[in-house]
Amino acid sequence: MSFRKKLWIGLILLALASPVGIILPDKFNAGDAWGEWNADKLKEMLGFVPRNLAKLSGLWHAPMPDYGFAENASPAIQYIGYITSGILGIVLAGSAIYFISKLLFKKEK
Amino acid sequence: MHIPDGYLSPQTFLPMYGVSATIWGIGLKKIKKQLPLKHIPYLSMAAAFSFLVMMFNVPIPGGTTGHAVGGGIIAILLGPWTAVVAVSTVLVIQALVFGDGGITALGTNCFNMAIVLPFVSYWTFKLLNGRATSGKRVYVSSFIAGWFGLTVASAFAGTELGLQPLIAKAADGAPLYAPYPLSVALPAMVGEHALVFAPVEGLITALLLGYFLKNEPETVFAINGGPK
Repeated sequence: MSFRKKLWIGLILLALASPVGIILPDKFNAGDAWGEWNADKLKEMLGFVPRNLAKLSGLWHAPMPDYGFAENASPAIQYIGYITSGILGIVLAGSAIYFISKLLFKKEK
Repeated sequence: MHIPDGYLSPQTFLPMYGVSATIWGIGLKKIKKQLPLKHIPYLSMAAAFSFLVMMFNVPIPGGTTGHAVGGGIIAILLGPWTAVVAVSTVLVIQALVFGDGGITALGTNCFNMAIVLPFVSYWTFKLLNGRATSGKRVYVSSFIAGWFGLTVASAFAGTELGLQPLIAKAADGAPLYAPYPLSVALPAMVGEHALVFAPVEGLITALLLGYFLKNEPETVFAINGGPK
């Protein structure tokens, strides 16, 4: 098998293993990353939500928030959503780079 | 370290967009000159790799979570400018599709994770590794390079967040954006990264570099100046 093929397989294996990234924090009772709390969590922590933060925080509604299909989904659905996001990440990142390179190198051909 | 929308004031995120956009422009020109065509699959893989690494949240028991970025090893393998483009692309996808990191904060997040991190890692590696091509020295310098790159990036993020209460306050003194002062934000961000998340970045950097040196040594940019 070629070296590159091995690397692509490694990436797919990483995507399949990605639910470890939600299982471990769950097991060790670890929460959000520092400074990435949502408005509800901030309200709980501070007793208030900074005014402009509240306004800006709802600016964008991502199609797959938090790398999943739905909030409060069952663990199985969460893992499937996470793996799907990982595969989607490979496809999106890979093709974005492909198109950027096409644009960059077009003129020389 | 993906700062969400609302945590940064426009006085912060607008100039940071300017800085990052300028560096993206330079980066694209650089890779157009330096990157061989047959190397593009590696660039795609690097971006996919960084995306996946960031999904592996590492817990601090009872506390916060964080993750490696993979920017250090990409910089060493493919060059720092290639890492700028690969990791920035990933951060844009994460913000738009997965809501990880804000749209307004994108310039800032790219600056921290896709610019500061790869360049700090790359130069740390070059400095410590010298001309070594194998052995203990390569492993130690690449571990420190990955560790230091992510730690310095976290110091930038902590500073940007911690400055917000000084930059924008309501009439009654309440913070309008990120609420914690520098004295809280900076030690929190640097502490957890230096002790927990950055060692993971260091480990990934050292192990992957070892793997590449064993299998495809001629591809390692930081040692050979890139593939021929």
